[in-house]
Amino acid sequence: MITVGYHYLEDVAIADAAFEARADSAEELFKQAADATMNVMVDSLDDIRLQTTRQIRLEDDTIDMLLFQFLNEFVYYKDAEDLLLRVAEIEIKQNSNGYIVSAEARGESMDLARHKMKVDVKAVTLHLFRVEKTDSGWEATVVLDI
Amino acid sequence: MAVPAGLKKISDTVWELPVSYKAGMNVPARVYATESLINEMDQGVFEQVSNVAMLPGIVKYACCMPDGHWGYGFPIGGVAAMDTATGVISPGGIGFDVNCGMRLVRTDLTEEEVKPHLKRLVDRLFERVPSGVGGAGFVKISQDEFRSVVEQGSRWCLDNGLGWEEDLELTEEGGCVPEADAKTISSRAVERGYKQIGTLGSGNHYLEIQVARPEFVYDKETAGVFGIDRPNQVVVMFHCGSRGFGHQVATDYLQSFLKVMVKKYGLKMPDRELACAPFSSPEGQAYFSAMKCAMNMSFANRQVILHRIREVFSDVFHKDPADLGLRQVYDISHNTAKLERHTVDGQEMELLVHRKGATRAFGPGMPDIPRRYATIGQPVIIGGSMETGSYLLVGMETGAQTFYSTAHGSGRTMSRKKAKKMFRGRELQQEMESRGIYVRTGSYAGLAEEAGSAYKNVDEVIEAAELAGISRKVARFLPIGNVKG
Repeated sequence: MITVGYHYLEDVAIADAAFEARADSAEELFKQAADATMNVMVDSLDDIRLQTTRQIRLEDDTIDMLLFQFLNEFVYYKDAEDLLLRVAEIEIKQNSNGYIVSAEARGESMDLARHKMKVDVKAVTLHLFRVEKTDSGWEATVVLDI
Repeated sequence: MAVPAGLKKISDTVWELPVSYKAGMNVPARVYATESLINEMDQGVFEQVSNVAMLPGIVKYACCMPDGHWGYGFPIGGVAAMDTATGVISPGGIGFDVNCGMRLVRTDLTEEEVKPHLKRLVDRLFERVPSGVGGAGFVKISQDEFRSVVEQGSRWCLDNGLGWEEDLELTEEGGCVPEADAKTISSRAVERGYKQIGTLGSGNHYLEIQVARPEFVYDKETAGVFGIDRPNQVVVMFHCGSRGFGHQVATDYLQSFLKVMVKKYGLKMPDRELACAPFSSPEGQAYFSAMKCAMNMSFANRQVILHRIREVFSDVFHKDPADLGLRQVYDISHNTAKLERHTVDGQEMELLVHRKGATRAFGPGMPDIPRRYATIGQPVIIGGSMETGSYLLVGMETGAQTFYSTAHGSGRTMSRKKAKKMFRGRELQQEMESRGIYVRTGSYAGLAEEAGSAYKNVDEVIEAAELAGISRKVARFLPIGNVKG
């Protein structure tokens, strides 16, 4: 059994933030990676009340670029709508053209009184970016531009 | 850290990886550093600068500046000049934060005059220049109006009462890069950025009140021309970029280039962050235009922040900003690609010069320098870490070797995670205050990540640049107040 979760990596990108996520399914991997991205900005994800919903639907030829696009949605909503989001429901399908992710993200507007903010994520990079299906589950490495 | 075998010493400050270092290099790679800086550089710098040397159309050398460290695609500190006819444009050579840069403002005030008001000044600046994650500024405009901002840059600010005519003259590109077409930017980029004009952002972005002590003014005459003209003079320096808008422009085109680079143009690069397209292609030209929109957003952002600084000083000292001598010294970009004319092997040519974490440093007499600085060269503004001090430099004639480029900062040596383990934000704030530096921040964790010890010794970086002849010292400034993004 793989340990589901994420941890931040030291000395991979000294000016920025890097993490490795692990899960037993692609869906759970996407969920963990989204949390890892948000957790760079918000100290405690438990402080985010799940009251506003946004639908995410994306397609890509490859699973890694699908995750790249998916994480970018969370960065986008943070700037465009001040929203701090987490994955509530998610499904990933594969067809002849590639992969499709459909997800419902839930969260709320940034509230400095309740959310202890850390550093901003400017962008998701493709530096060392990796999504892999292993014998025991799924893994991803992501470097975020700070 | 060990330098790679095959690294050749060209001089005390220039180190070369020849084309034989790695298959596919079109030109040698050159790293500018003293022996001690080169020995401390991470392996990523050598890997990345040699990858940059593989880009089609690169001319002469792929360069890395003395503050170089591991980046994405290009190292931070990377410089690459491309032949515009045969070369490529790469978002990885510019960075996600397009036109991240520095602005320096001088005042007529001395440290003695400012000290009694320091806390009030910093507190007011902290309120009026929003910082941190996301964040909206005080400029309320529609998305349509924002499209005008990105086409007009600082000119838009001037037209809306947010600046002085001379501010534009004293900004790289006059604060407005021409031929920036808002049709080349996505609605997502606009949505991410239109509320963020006049905001600092976070990470290593900051706004500082600094002092020019007489012992750190190295060239009095040049400093005088730049307006640094009295003992213990107070200046204001800040570091920020194009915010969510620029980040989205870079993300959009990184994806668009990845779709066409191999399939349409047959370009194979060793790293996806080196995604590129021929400069003359429709995709290359669209990105060049969108990148210029992001440059203009960043100029406008820093212009509005300058306006806020003037308002705050005026409020606190009950005087008109002009009577306080709050004049801009200069504004530089350190994440850009620009069309410039350079002489290569005796032949003048038009080149697309990518600078990622590197500052343009034009020497005396070169075009595009404000007239008042024409005979002395372009001012170069270098932000140190928030604890150690920053520099004002000037470009030199001998800068041609790096396409007139120099360092941009001190360069990190410690990861953010490690810095956070080693330092505690609140303690650091108190400790800095006991040393006479008053800091305000929205994030103590973020403050710990920016501790001075997490950076290279900025003095050594500046020495290396001067020894190499790519810029020389004019003055060093010490911080007394800091708004940390």
